[in-house]
Amino acid sequence: MQLFSSLWLWKLSCKGIIRTTTGQRHLKHTHTCFRKPQHKHLQRDQLQNSEDYWERRRRTIGLKEWDHARLSDPDWVCAGSAGLDAVGIWFRECTHDREEGTQSEDLRSAMGEFKVHRVRFFDYMPSGIRALAFNQDTERMAVARMDGSVEVFHCSDRFFQEKIIPGREQCGIEGLSWVGERLFSAGLNGGITEYDLTNQKVKYTIDAYGGPIWTITGNQQGTHLAVGCEDGTVKLFEVNEDQIQFERNLDRQKSRIISLSWHPSGSKIAAGMMDMIQVFNVETGHSIHRMLADRGAGTSRSKECVVWSVVYLSDGTIITGDSVGMVKLWDDQTGTLIKSHNVTKCDVLALSVSQNEDSLVAGTSEGIVVQFQFVSMVLEKDDKEWVRTRTFRNHTHDIRAVAEITTAVVSGGMDAQLVVRPLLDKIEVRSAASALRKIHFPHRRLVSCARKSGLMLFQYPGHLELWRLGESEGKGTPGSSLFVKRNPEKLLQLKVKGEDHIRCSAVSPCGGWIVYSTASTLRLYRLHCDNNNISITKISKLPKVLSSANQLCFSSDSSHLFSASAQSSVHIASLSQSGCKFVGTLKPKSGSHQAIHLLAASEDGKWLASANSDHEVHIYNLQTQKAHCTVPVYSSAVTAMGIHPATNCLFMMHADQQMFEYSIEQKQYTDWSRTVQRKGLHRFWVERDTPCLNVMFNPQNPSHVILHDMYMLCIIDQSLPLPDDKTQFYNQLTLKSLTEEQRKSQSHAFKVCKTFKDILCVELMPDQSLVVVERPLEDIATQLPAPIKQKKFAT
Amino acid sequence: MATLYEGYTLCGVGPVQNSSNIGILGVEQGRDIDYVLVTDSSRSITVYKVSDQKPTGSWSVKQGQIISCPAVFNTQSQEYVVVTDDRVVRVWKEDDVNLEKAFKATVSADVLRVLSATDSEPVVLFCCGAVRFLDSLLASPQQPIEDVLTEDEIIRGEHCLYVQRFNPNTLVKHRIETEPGLSAPISFSATCRGSNIHLLYLYLNGSVYESVLPFRSSSTGAEGVQALSCSLCLSLPLGEEKLMSGAAVVLDEAHVAVIGFPHPSAGACKDYLCIWNTHFQTLQASKEMAGRIYSQLWCYSGKLYVPHGKMLSVIPFDCQKSSLAAAMGKLKQTSRSGKDFSSDIYEMLTCKNRKTCQNTFCLIFKPLQMDCSLVEDVQAEVGEFIRRAPQADLQLAAGRVALELVSRSQTDANFYPQCAFLQLLETRYLCYSVCPELLSLAMVKKDFHLCQIAFQIFSDIPEAVTCACLKAILSTPDLEMETVNLDTDSVIFMKELTQAHSRSDEEGGQLNGFCPPALESDVSDTPSNKLQRDPLSLDMSCPVGLHKGALLNEVLQTAYSDRSLLPHLKDLTVPQVIVFLQYLRFLYFKYSHDAHKQIRALRTPSISQIIDWVCLLLDAHFTVLAVAPEAKRLVFDLHKFVRSQVKLYAELGKIEGSLQVLKNSKQSEDFGMYAIQVIELF
Repeated sequence: MQLFSSLWLWKLSCKGIIRTTTGQRHLKHTHTCFRKPQHKHLQRDQLQNSEDYWERRRRTIGLKEWDHARLSDPDWVCAGSAGLDAVGIWFRECTHDREEGTQSEDLRSAMGEFKVHRVRFFDYMPSGIRALAFNQDTERMAVARMDGSVEVFHCSDRFFQEKIIPGREQCGIEGLSWVGERLFSAGLNGGITEYDLTNQKVKYTIDAYGGPIWTITGNQQGTHLAVGCEDGTVKLFEVNEDQIQFERNLDRQKSRIISLSWHPSGSKIAAGMMDMIQVFNVETGHSIHRMLADRGAGTSRSKECVVWSVVYLSDGTIITGDSVGMVKLWDDQTGTLIKSHNVTKCDVLALSVSQNEDSLVAGTSEGIVVQFQFVSMVLEKDDKEWVRTRTFRNHTHDIRAVAEITTAVVSGGMDAQLVVRPLLDKIEVRSAASALRKIHFPHRRLVSCARKSGLMLFQYPGHLELWRLGESEGKGTPGSSLFVKRNPEKLLQLKVKGEDHIRCSAVSPCGGWIVYSTASTLRLYRLHCDNNNISITKISKLPKVLSSANQLCFSSDSSHLFSASAQSSVHIASLSQSGCKFVGTLKPKSGSHQAIHLLAASEDGKWLASANSDHEVHIYNLQTQKAHCTVPVYSSAVTAMGIHPATNCLFMMHADQQMFEYSIEQKQYTDWSRTVQRKGLHRFWVERDTPCLNVMFNPQNPSHVILHDMYMLCIIDQSLPLPDDKTQFYNQLTLKSLTEEQRKSQSHAFKVCKTFKDILCVELMPDQSLVVVERPLEDIATQLPAPIKQKKFAT
Repeated sequence: MATLYEGYTLCGVGPVQNSSNIGILGVEQGRDIDYVLVTDSSRSITVYKVSDQKPTGSWSVKQGQIISCPAVFNTQSQEYVVVTDDRVVRVWKEDDVNLEKAFKATVSADVLRVLSATDSEPVVLFCCGAVRFLDSLLASPQQPIEDVLTEDEIIRGEHCLYVQRFNPNTLVKHRIETEPGLSAPISFSATCRGSNIHLLYLYLNGSVYESVLPFRSSSTGAEGVQALSCSLCLSLPLGEEKLMSGAAVVLDEAHVAVIGFPHPSAGACKDYLCIWNTHFQTLQASKEMAGRIYSQLWCYSGKLYVPHGKMLSVIPFDCQKSSLAAAMGKLKQTSRSGKDFSSDIYEMLTCKNRKTCQNTFCLIFKPLQMDCSLVEDVQAEVGEFIRRAPQADLQLAAGRVALELVSRSQTDANFYPQCAFLQLLETRYLCYSVCPELLSLAMVKKDFHLCQIAFQIFSDIPEAVTCACLKAILSTPDLEMETVNLDTDSVIFMKELTQAHSRSDEEGGQLNGFCPPALESDVSDTPSNKLQRDPLSLDMSCPVGLHKGALLNEVLQTAYSDRSLLPHLKDLTVPQVIVFLQYLRFLYFKYSHDAHKQIRALRTPSISQIIDWVCLLLDAHFTVLAVAPEAKRLVFDLHKFVRSQVKLYAELGKIEGSLQVLKNSKQSEDFGMYAIQVIELF
């Protein structure tokens, strides 16, 4: 009946009889709005056929394909097609009248105690940031690190680290440049590399034949790349459809080209060199002007002045930052110095100008970022000048790269942290998205846990470490440390063959298998643990499809290996004593071909979920090896997910801190998830600035979901009421002081433990103990090279 | 506490033509707070700059004309206003020289007063009770003036209060409800606080009543006379003589200045200006006024204007916020007695119905005044009175009874009802200012028991009296003192203190406060004196008897302010100072020595009190102590001990940092690379 009525509604609207306003949603009022039939009232066969129903409807309407719009509300599905201007929005289900608290009281037990293994022996060292490139159109920030890895952050999605392309030995990236949506890098090995961002790997590398390359920059037209080489040449490359091709050299100079900047028109190029700046006419390849940069006074007079960075503005102003600590402004017409600002006693290493050329940021080797703004000195007069306005001190070490994005200054350097400093004058609404953000750790899991055998696998760029957890004796009161009966021990260190760094790795839950993948190879090892004898055998004959993986995952019974591969597909291989056998490939029915960054297998071995960087989550039935369904696409990236062992619900965490629970069997969001979305999450939860990186479940307490980010560990008790904005969110200390009875009325679903800091990974072991892998930032800081010595007062 | 500062003469009061006439008609606020307008009855109006004590302008009326009300300054128009010959209103400016040439207007009825308030137009009050704004009156001077008062009423006559409100123009008649039989109040004072008008009346019998009148009364249109309730807020002591006049003026919400009433301890002489605290009924400050006083008193911006003798004196005053602590001087150390006291005060403040009390004590009073009654009878009567009188009423009555008994004891040498005094003290309603003579009487009679109780209970003993008592205690021989019956608790404390000394001596243990480096440095300081003993074991016997010690302890625990105490301490003789200092040193050593011991006693001097007194005593007699040979040893011991203590604390200060680090390190959880911990989530 309902099915009929909604069809009827649709017909009416097509005839223009009904025009429902959906002003409360994000869509325009001319869009029609429908109620999709409520699943729970449908018969089981209808339920199974509901996908068919949508398919039939698609054909009826004449759409080529459902285009899932990114709605922030899972209750709504937006569908449309480019060819038609008709867009339908379906209210997926109206269960708002659902009553709460149906779960029995006895589930509301006290959370109780946890034994926690605090692990700090994972010596993870983030690599220093060498270059930044911001793509205004896609709002992506590309970051190149010292170890040659390239990462892509989504600036408008809470700076989630969408893509990671692992580096390789001796790679030495010096510059990054976007050309349209293509990303290029160049480095001291003399090659120019283009990246395949879909599959998150290097597409090709060509040699520029000019010795080490110091800088790379593309023109705004997107037609050419210019690289500055050690041999003193500026080489122009033409950007073709699928490759780049060497075009010509500009006039060769005597010294190396350190920095380059295109005039926005693309007709001129400014090059920063040793002691001078050259301006080239791109057309002729000849130098128009040569401007000499002054060396420092006193003893530093004998040292060359290195023009580390140059920026060419559309009005003809050339701005340079040099090793003398000056930011200088030159006129390209006359080739004269207009103004110079002494920013620091050390080097000005990086410059970046905003899109509309009214603001400039300079990063120095003292770790400060200085902002200049192009403002008129007299109010309402037009004669503007570059004035030093602000200073940001967020780094301890040299800043190697800065980039001014729409609302913030992004900087990175030797201290390996990416700092996003919002420019408050450009922010209209203060929110969590506009807060100061420091990104220390990758948004991926570097630790995998063999839960059943108490083993941990640490992933370093060039090797893997396998550790066995220690054991404790006796019991302790909360807050105390237990006696460690057996210390943790390092069982294995596995060095990677070849130059490529590890992209992903996993240890099987039983602890019997270790797998890792680089950009070029995938290796699987069988691990034998007899008492204290550890032996490891490499599985030699791997199926050909398992040549490389974007993400790896074992089934919970360790019988299968899932390997995420190109085209968003997942290969299944069965594991046995005899070896590894290819079983099949899971392919999504439709959608993008972006690389998968998360895999989650269900406890019962029936389901597998994959998430890719286009925010799509596909669920596969492992028994039929067919795609089961696709979770409605949400606007923010999935940062962690897990399938509940008892209910087979997929729990997803997103970069904007929203959470969804999707029932795989019923192909719909659970009631709890809807309640969360309807009531909204607490302000403090949404304002956290690091993404949740793991979702775990407590088999002994099915209503518990365990989450963690860099700063906290949280247990969500789904049987408890959700906090609203008036409730005290971080209430553990309050609850501690209350009696058992009072706690019942005070407690809410989010139980946040902030005892731990700088968390890389949290795992729940079968014996109810937690493993918390911490990497204190102070420890990282002590291992960094010494910063520039600065004279401080009274030292 | 309120303070009356040294006054100065503003001007002389003109020759009084006849004795009944007073010299000054009024003192009014001038154009700013430093200017006053003095109208004297000899035809002249003078403006004085108060800080310079100089006249800045003077005007007089012609011979034959009479100034009929004090001149006022109209702040709205910056003009002076005066009324001459009852009906002629004169208005002039500062730079007008001749009053005759100033603006004049004759009104149709007799004017009583012109009243001025800052930021508003002056109002003219007619003898018939009508009120007009000055500007509206001057607009049509001959307008008819209605009679507000009935035929037989005159202003300042009966117990009625007329309140006329402008805007809306209403007139309410209130009858002041006081005790029957009281004549008309002799002085009024009104202030505005919050949204109420506070009226204060002073009656000839010494009672000060207060009425609160809301600005906006809800009873609009209620005809007839409304009753105005009033509460007694102060009972001034009366002297022997029959009083004829007096004046009171409200200074702030808790203080009132009174002139013309006798000082409670200065006998019959009534020429005193006193500031009383109406909350605690305590005398806060007083000043004797030379010459005849006229029962006139004005108060403008922190200065009191008092005509007396042949001059008009300006007396600056200062009323501090009347907190309990301020009213009692320093806060007492023993919280117990302090608490009792404050609760008593609040009881007293909340007490409303005083009628019964008045009656009771009148009844009681009659037998007491009979000369023939014996001490025993009086004691019985007092006991009966305390038992019978309601708790709330005792506050006022107890003071009266005590005052009466003291004055009789002073006149009759054989009459000394010690038990009655003790009973009255036990009520804890007495304080020093209620009955100042009691303590000195006890001193004269050498009644140290009473002294001790008074010291325990009184919280407002002046420093001079404290010193006098101290002197008396120190000068009394120990033998005589031991016979005195004292509070057992204090004696037990002294006993324990002296015994503790001997016990620790026997054990030979040197515990807290002992500092060997002091000894070494001491030896090096005076190498000749090899036999020098440890300063702590030196002279650890109590220099005074147990009872004297107990009394001295009481003195140590009194509240005082050191600046007032210091001059009085100088009255002590050198031997007294030395004995007292020896005792203080004994206490100090004891306290440092037995810091770990808890002698269970209700009242013990605290170490800071002891050190304060040592400092005060040394300050007061420094030169004497430096010169006197018998004091040398004592001062030297003290010096050594203090130096050793300073060294000890310096050493402790040095390790404070390390202790802090220890504490912090415990908090930070540095567990190395691996730990298994237990956390609890709720």
